Formats: sequence, structure tokens, C-alpha cells
Amino acid sequence: MSTPEESSIENRAELPAVINELYGKFGESSFVRQHTAEGMPTLWVGRDKLLDVLRFLRDDYTPRFEMLLDVTAIDERIRVHREGQPDSAFTVVYHLMSFSGNCDIRLKVALPENDQNIPTVISLWPAANWHEREMWDMFGINVEGHPNLSRIYCPPTWVGHPLRKEHPARATEMEPYAMSDEVQDREQEALRFSPEEWGMSRKSDTSEYMFLNFGPNHPAAHGVIRFALQLDGEYVIDCVPDVGYHHRGAEKMGERQSWHTYIPYTDRIDYLGGVMNNLPYVMAVEKMAGIVVPDRVQTIRVMLSEFFRICSHLLFYGTWAVDLGQLSPLFYCFVDREKAFNIIESITGGRMHPSWFRIGGVAQDLPNGWDKLIREFVDYFPARLDEYDKMIMANTTIRQRTRGVGVMNTQDAFDWGMTGPALRATGLEWDYRKDRPYSGYENFEFDVPIAVNGDCYDRAAVRVEEMRQSCRIIKQCLENMPSGPYKSEHPLTTPPIKEKSKLHIETLIDHFLSVSWGPIIDPTEVSMAIEATKGINMYYLVNDGGSGAYRTRIRTPSFIHIQAVPFLSRGLMLADFTAIVATTDFVMADVDK
Amino acid sequence: MFSFQVGSLLNIALILGTVLGAAALLIWVERRLLGFFNDRLGPNRVGPFGILQSVADVIKLITKEDWIPPFADKLPFVVAPIILPIVMLLSFAMIPFAPGVGIIDMNIGLLFVMAMAGLAAYSAMLGGLASNNKFALLGGLRAAGQMISYEVFLGISLLGVVILSDSFSLRGIVEAQSDGWYVFPQFIGFMVFMVAALAESHRWPFDLPEGEAEIISGFNTEYSGMKFGLFFVGEYIGMLFMACLIPVLFFGGWHAPFGLEFGNEIISGLFWMAAKTSVFIGFFVLVRAALARPRYDQLMSYGWLVMLPLSLLNLLITGAIVLMQGS
Repeated sequence: MSTPEESSIENRAELPAVINELYGKFGESSFVRQHTAEGMPTLWVGRDKLLDVLRFLRDDYTPRFEMLLDVTAIDERIRVHREGQPDSAFTVVYHLMSFSGNCDIRLKVALPENDQNIPTVISLWPAANWHEREMWDMFGINVEGHPNLSRIYCPPTWVGHPLRKEHPARATEMEPYAMSDEVQDREQEALRFSPEEWGMSRKSDTSEYMFLNFGPNHPAAHGVIRFALQLDGEYVIDCVPDVGYHHRGAEKMGERQSWHTYIPYTDRIDYLGGVMNNLPYVMAVEKMAGIVVPDRVQTIRVMLSEFFRICSHLLFYGTWAVDLGQLSPLFYCFVDREKAFNIIESITGGRMHPSWFRIGGVAQDLPNGWDKLIREFVDYFPARLDEYDKMIMANTTIRQRTRGVGVMNTQDAFDWGMTGPALRATGLEWDYRKDRPYSGYENFEFDVPIAVNGDCYDRAAVRVEEMRQSCRIIKQCLENMPSGPYKSEHPLTTPPIKEKSKLHIETLIDHFLSVSWGPIIDPTEVSMAIEATKGINMYYLVNDGGSGAYRTRIRTPSFIHIQAVPFLSRGLMLADFTAIVATTDFVMADVDK
Repeated sequence: MFSFQVGSLLNIALILGTVLGAAALLIWVERRLLGFFNDRLGPNRVGPFGILQSVADVIKLITKEDWIPPFADKLPFVVAPIILPIVMLLSFAMIPFAPGVGIIDMNIGLLFVMAMAGLAAYSAMLGGLASNNKFALLGGLRAAGQMISYEVFLGISLLGVVILSDSFSLRGIVEAQSDGWYVFPQFIGFMVFMVAALAESHRWPFDLPEGEAEIISGFNTEYSGMKFGLFFVGEYIGMLFMACLIPVLFFGGWHAPFGLEFGNEIISGLFWMAAKTSVFIGFFVLVRAALARPRYDQLMSYGWLVMLPLSLLNLLITGAIVLMQGS
């Protein structure tokens, strides 16, 4: 860790361009630079300069940082290894992303224990709204100027802020919980939607609005989410999404689990993405530990991830058709999904949550005869997709229902933090796998499908084409599967290769330590992102030298996408709203973490 | 009194029994067919091939708690589900199944059928309003709007048939088709009627009053037990009725195609009537498996801007031709 004096001696030309420019514009003394494992430019900035710096990065710097990828906080109060970092009780972290320049920057703001206030950045990026509410809910950091700083995950009656270190993490640390009738009534009453809180009026000059609870149990809500709709007849005037019904504190659990034992929790974040959720997490840990995985591991990971992309998109495809009133495609898609799951099952033993990736490899080598199953699938699947095109995408009613409905352009997508197929449907050809290849994606030939209108139809069309491309990638994996070990030889690989673990007392001890508390990695920070099924899925891990993460931050695409639903659906009809909700393609476990 | 002639007790008992039995069987037929269209099995557990599924369903529905939500408007809530099966069964009184088989032959048969179809709208409307539930209200509103609009050209599309046969009596219409089915001269009328019939019985894809992706179950969201069962059965009787009405109006009723008559004219007539009805039931199920649901405003503009002019045009042309031939 370099101190400010040292970094001023450092050759300015060797600094990342963005840091150089910021030093020039705001003065080097305004910042403290921090080094992290993945090498992303990371600067500490004073709270007073925060808005100016963010505005400069968004508007005036070239390339522009168009998107606020993530905002989160860290409770630093019991962190041991903070060498070179400014004093801070709570640190607010802003992660900005530039698509035109293909680069990132992380800005940190230190907040003292007695002054936990931070200005809102909603004026720069509307997507900051929910991030800031989450920060208030989880850390109790007061966001000044926020239009409605209320709890987002926890019920309004919750006491305390869960991600603070003093908040209990397990049920056994608390009094036994009982829900009496009075408690139930009180909780129900607290959930009653009050339009005034959201600045909504109950009537217009001509009519009285109906406020409809669309969810938390609704056939088309795709999980436990509630949309409070303000309706004028069948027209949606406004909408307030209410999330948190599925919140289980995955980030808090990350603080208790070891690096290794946290892997199964990641599977259940985007539960349609299966092992694809493991990928950013294990890649982040491997980055910190300096593990380079063998080619075979990379290819197996890519292959399984693409299978899960197909599974997730198939689920979207079928349910989307059902939401538009077409019954049959759901069943056809599920039949195909079943075929993919059968392959996943024969490789990993699990279906939706195989937890198959390990730190430094995968759990087991591919089984004998794996190639036969996959060859059958890649020969069979594209023809089925062509059939669905005729049935769904070419259907006149579906086109009428979805074209020109829920339109967003690329700038809107940046403002609302939309990534993945939703962003590509607006015409931006940007795919993490292509533009920042990870896990060997640079070795594969595939196209990045885009569309131009950014409406519901286009979002679906992009996903359909992505399935074809995933099938192409799987085929290449099949034909070019490298030979070699399925785990790295690195000492921090967890668990270590079994065959080599019981040869001497040393290897036995090593194995014992590795499976009991897992690897201990030098303190650092890292973030790793991938192109997940629904958008950019990122893990930001703060390592304080323990057996697990000091802070685990999961940036899930669904959470951010839901926030754009009101923007997309205002002024449209109730049936359009269903189409928009379907093409937003969220998973509640991914929204609520 | 117990002979085979229109209106005899034997006729009434047999027809009522057959219709109710067929409606119950239809539930199973539809689920099984949908299953095959959807690449799955459908109900196949109760009885041979699952044929007794409806019996099991009825037992379940009858033994369920007969619950009326405390916030509902009691009287209309109870009355609403009864209306639908009753008006649909009354409509069946008009259907001529074969020579000498039928319940009543009125000279205003077609008008009576239209009137009953109009009354059926009350079932969904009252159910939706009485439930005092927002989803049910939206469903009831949709049902009212949809059924009233589609009734307009449901009626107009049939006037061509009336002009050609010179009769409002359904039996008269069938008899007039002995030398040629009306589907050929009245093809546009037939197409319009098909669409309107789907909308009228709110079958897929016109099931907007209960479009589950938007309004859960629409007007019957708050209903359970046998009250829901009555809505359900009523809908299937309605579908059966439409599948009977189409052959009667456009496909020659009991007349055999290509002179394929056999044996007794009553047996042959019943056979061909049943065969034609089955084809349309199959068609209704296929439509349900294949098509997507339009949006409410699209449904409305489709009705008023496409179907209504088409049916008026059909009426105009038919009338002009008949007048020209007559003069």
C-alpha cells in the first residue's frame, strides 16, 4: 500500500489515465489512491468533492463513465488491515463504468462514526435511488436529499441495520421469534400502500385512481414482488415496486462463511443461473489468491455457464409467451430445459444449484461419455429454436402486444443501470464476454446479438439469439475440450486435488486445513463481474485476512432492472405492464439477495 | 309423450342428460387434448384414460367449504354463477339435433339464442361487481365491454343466414341447407361468427375477463367451491353450445356431407351432428393451445373497426344478391 507521499513521486504517466486526469483537475491532495487485487483504479475522495468528481466523470471526462454500476457501503469498524486507507467508520463505495472506454473506476468516501451522512447522487443517475435506499436499510447511512429514504429489503418495522457488524447474523443470537395476531396485524398494517408517501395523488380532475396490489402473489409477477399500481381504468399511471419478500441476507451470510463454504450460497442468488453464479465469486477469490486455473477448468466452466444461460433464457421465453396469453410454448421450453438439465445433472449431479465450481477448479472431472450427450443437444436444439421463432416471435398478436411497448434507448439504459440483454436491445453492442473476456471466452467464436428499438419484443429477440450463440459456444467447448487437470496445482486450491492429498503427513495436514477452514489469503479487495444470464453480476469482496470475506457485496442485475419498471410502464395498459415485467426478466432471489 | 318428437319428455330428458354429461366430459377432453398439444399427458389417473376426472373434480368442488367473502355483496354474489349455466342450458332448447330431436322449435329461435347470450354477460358482470375485489372488478368490466361489443356483430353476422333461409327458426335454417351448406355463400359471416363465438364464450384467446397474467382470474377471483364450479361448467356448456350452433347455422346441421347418410335418418342425423360438433370443439381447443391473447384495446378496436364493417358488408352484399335474384 503506497502512502500519498510515495505516489506523488510515482511517475504520473504510469498512472491510469482517469486517475491522472482527476489529479490534474481536482488536485492530487483531494484523493488517496488504493491498490486492489484486480487493479481497478480506486480513489478515496472527500464527501464535499464527491458530487463534482462524479459529475466530471459522467459528463466531461473522455471516455464518459455512463453508468453507475453499483453503490454500496462497508462497515469498517472492526476491520484490522486498513493500511494506507483514510480513517473511516463506514465507507461508501461508488463503482462507475464506462462502456465507450471499456474501463471502470471505484470511488470511496469515508464517513466517521458520528456523521453518517452522504449526499444523494440521484440527480446524476436515477438508478442510485434504490442503491441508496439499500444503503440506508442495511447500514443506516443517511442519504441527504433522497426523495424517499425508506427501507427497501427489511420490513418498515425492522429495528437495526442488518449489515452493521453489531447486528446479529443468526437466529440463535436473538430472542425466539413468535408472531402473535397483534404482531401480524401490525406488520400487515405497516405494509399498506400509502400513495401520499410516494407523492401520488388519489384522484385527477376527471377520475379517481384505483390502487392495485399487483403481487406479492400474482400469477404474472414471477415471484414474490409487489407492484403497487396507480390505475386509471386499465391505464397504468404510475407504479411502485416493493421488494424484499425474498430477502435472506446473502451478503451477511458471506461474512460468516469461509471462502469455500460460501459457494453454495452464490448458486441461490440468481437461481436460474446455477453455476454461473459461482463464476464471479470463485474468479474473485482466485484473483486474490493468485490462482491461475488450467485451460480445461476454464472450458468446463464456460460450457456449464452457457448451459445455464440457455436454461434461464428458455424459462424466460416460455413464461413470456404465457404472460402474453400463449399457453403451449412454456411446455415446449420446459421440455428443452429438461434436456439441458439432464446433461447438467449427469455432469454435476445437481440440477438447478449444482455448486460445481471450486476455488481453483471444478469439483470433479467430466464423466465418461459426456460428449455424446452434449452432441445430441447441440444438434437438436437450434432446430427447436427455429420452430419457436415461427410460433412465438412471428406471431402477429405477440408482435402487436410487444412492439413499441416499454421502449428505452441506450441513454435511458445507462441512467437506469440496465445491463445484459436489456442494454443490448437498445442497440449497444457490449458484452462482458466479448469486451472483457474472462475464463477463456476470448478463445470462442460467437456473435453479440443486438436489437435497435429497445422495446419488449427486442429484449426477447436478443435473448432468443443469445441461446443460439450459447449453443455455438457449447459446440466449440465440445470440439476443443482441452485435456489436463480439473483443478489447479496452486496450494490454495480448495479442496486440493484428492489424489495428491494423502501421500505424506504434510499433504494430509494441508488437506485437513484446506477442508476445515479453507484458504487464508492476504488482505486485499477485489471485484469480479461476468455477463450473467440477466446482466452484469459482480462480486466485490473485502478480505481482511480471515478465513472468509469481511464484506461480500453482490451486484445483481435483477435488483437494478426492477427499478426501471415504472419508467417503462407509465401511461401504458395493464396488459403491457405484464409484458414489461416479463421482459425485464428478473428472478426474485436475484433481486432480494 | 314419450315418443321421439320435438318437445317430448323423452327428448328433453335425453338432451338435458347428454348436454350435462357432454359438458363434464368436455372438461376432460379439453384438458387431455391441451395436454397432447402441449407435449404432456394431461389428467390420466381417474378411471380409464382419466375419463372420470370431472367426477373427481365435482366431488371435490361440492365438498369444499361454501365460502362467501365477508366483504362481498351477498345476493348478487350467489346469483351470478347460477345465471350462466341456466341461460346456456335454455339456449340448448333451441338446437335441432336431428329430425324430430330437439326440445322446442320456435319461429324466433335465433333471436332467443341471441337474447340468452346477452343475458350470459350478467353472470360475469354481477360476479365481478359483487365480489368487491379490484381484480374481479376489472374482470367484470372487461367482460361487460367485450360481450356487449362482440354481441353486436355476432348478431349481424348471422343475418346473412337468416336472409338466405328466410327463417329465424334454427330447425328451418337446417332444413333450408338440405341442398347446400351456408358456409360457402356466407363465408365472411362464418368467419366473423367464429371469432365472435370465441369472444362470446370468453374462450382463449379472448379470455380477457379472466386473463390470468393480468388480473389473476378476473371476475371469478373470489369464487370457490361449487360456485366457481358453476362458472366453470357454464363456460363449458357455452362452448358446447357454440360448437353445436356453428354446424346448425353454417354446416347443414344433421345433413350428411357427400350423401353419406346411413340407416335411420335420426341416427344418421345425430351422428353427423355429433361429428361436426366434435370438430369444432377440437378447433376451440386447438385455438386455445396456439394463439396469444390480444390487449383489451386491441380487442375492442379489432371488433369495432374490422369485424363490424365486415359483418355489415356481408349483410349488404347478401341482401343485394337475394334481392336481385328475387326480382
